[in-house]
Amino acid sequence: MVTDDLAVRLRHDVEEAFPDVVATHQHAVFTTALRISGCHEDAADIAAEAFLRAYTALRTYPPERLGQLQLRPWLLTIVLNLLRNQARAAGRRPAQVGLEAWAPVPDGRESPEDHAQRHDAQSRLGAMLTELPGAQRTAVVLRHVVGLPYAEMAVVMGCPEGTAKSHVARGLQRLRTMIPEEAR
Amino acid sequence: MTTLPSDDAVLAGQLAALAAPAPASFADSIFARWVEVDGPVGSLYVAFTDRGISYVCPTAWMDGDRDRFVDYYRGRFGRPLRPAPKAPAGLAGALAAGRGAGLDYDLRSVGEFDRKVLAKTLEIPPGEVRPYAWIAREIGHPAAVRAAGSALGRNPVPVLIPCHRVVRSDGATGNYGFGPALKVDLLHFEQVNLDEVRALGRRGVHYVASDTTGVFCHPSCHHARRITPGHRVELATAKAAIDGGFRPCRHCRPA
Repeated sequence: MVTDDLAVRLRHDVEEAFPDVVATHQHAVFTTALRISGCHEDAADIAAEAFLRAYTALRTYPPERLGQLQLRPWLLTIVLNLLRNQARAAGRRPAQVGLEAWAPVPDGRESPEDHAQRHDAQSRLGAMLTELPGAQRTAVVLRHVVGLPYAEMAVVMGCPEGTAKSHVARGLQRLRTMIPEEAR
Repeated sequence: MTTLPSDDAVLAGQLAALAAPAPASFADSIFARWVEVDGPVGSLYVAFTDRGISYVCPTAWMDGDRDRFVDYYRGRFGRPLRPAPKAPAGLAGALAAGRGAGLDYDLRSVGEFDRKVLAKTLEIPPGEVRPYAWIAREIGHPAAVRAAGSALGRNPVPVLIPCHRVVRSDGATGNYGFGPALKVDLLHFEQVNLDEVRALGRRGVHYVASDTTGVFCHPSCHHARRITPGHRVELATAKAAIDGGFRPCRHCRPA
């Protein structure tokens, strides 16, 4: 495994390096929380909480442990734990609320119609993701939305690489069955 | 009609487009900020988050050592802390006036009961004091007098949320998180007549009434302080006041 430059800096000074830990990993952490919870507001809270848990842990870790940390999988593991706790606390409450509140910013190169259409398709795909069973949803999000390599996914999900791969395959399979016939 | 792809490569592309940047204000929800400001009786370290003021500490309590304060905050609140370019709006004015009610507070570090106690404490005006039992009664837990005292002892934002204005019914000023002497200094600064508070407490006088208005008050209520000596009636209990035909003051709510 490659040595993480940030981990080396954490080893020297947690307080100095932590702002860059947030800056470097906030998008992956937020995207994971958003696409698994399906709720923009929950995602912001969970992502912030994940960094605070990480911060408290980092302050107590011995230097040799800090230096060897693989930050992204470690942070995403914390996110998954928080999402699991939240899901458990909330019972099986539908996660749809707030999904529409998040609109991707138009990049200026597409027409408003194209943008609206793309946004509509994205919202529907985002909503479909939240209907996947837990492990499949997590696997599809980590692999295809966040873009993790299988080795890193396996660490985050605490399973062998082969299992992670099959969760992804079955998740994609199920997503396809959710796409309405006329849209295929 | 928008279409969703059935082809894996296209589907993967659509999924990748679901990656979303964290909100622009995301770092503010993680990092707290701190400033050093002049307080009524010495300078204060004040820490705040995107939700409001989260911690206040006299600099003297940390021997004026900023690093010690910063490290203490980070450990106690589990939150990184950076210097702030400027103090939260309204902080200086609130400290000068002794009125912190207009500021935002981040009280996530304490529980629901403590938050109720602190919200009630915020209503006590400068120059006045209330007994612990008053807080307990006002928040709907009249038996929880000790619990109210403990909650005030844990107040993360002293001075601004004026827990120093809550005193014992026997006239003693009682305990304070940063030492009883500072509590006395703060009350003196706010021109509370502590000699009178103590003397009345020792004599078992907990309320005073006016025989012209027919209203009874806590002795430090600004309405009570206007009663001329000839019309002033001293009372031990709210029941005695009500039995005597007095009605409770709407400002200091003695019953």
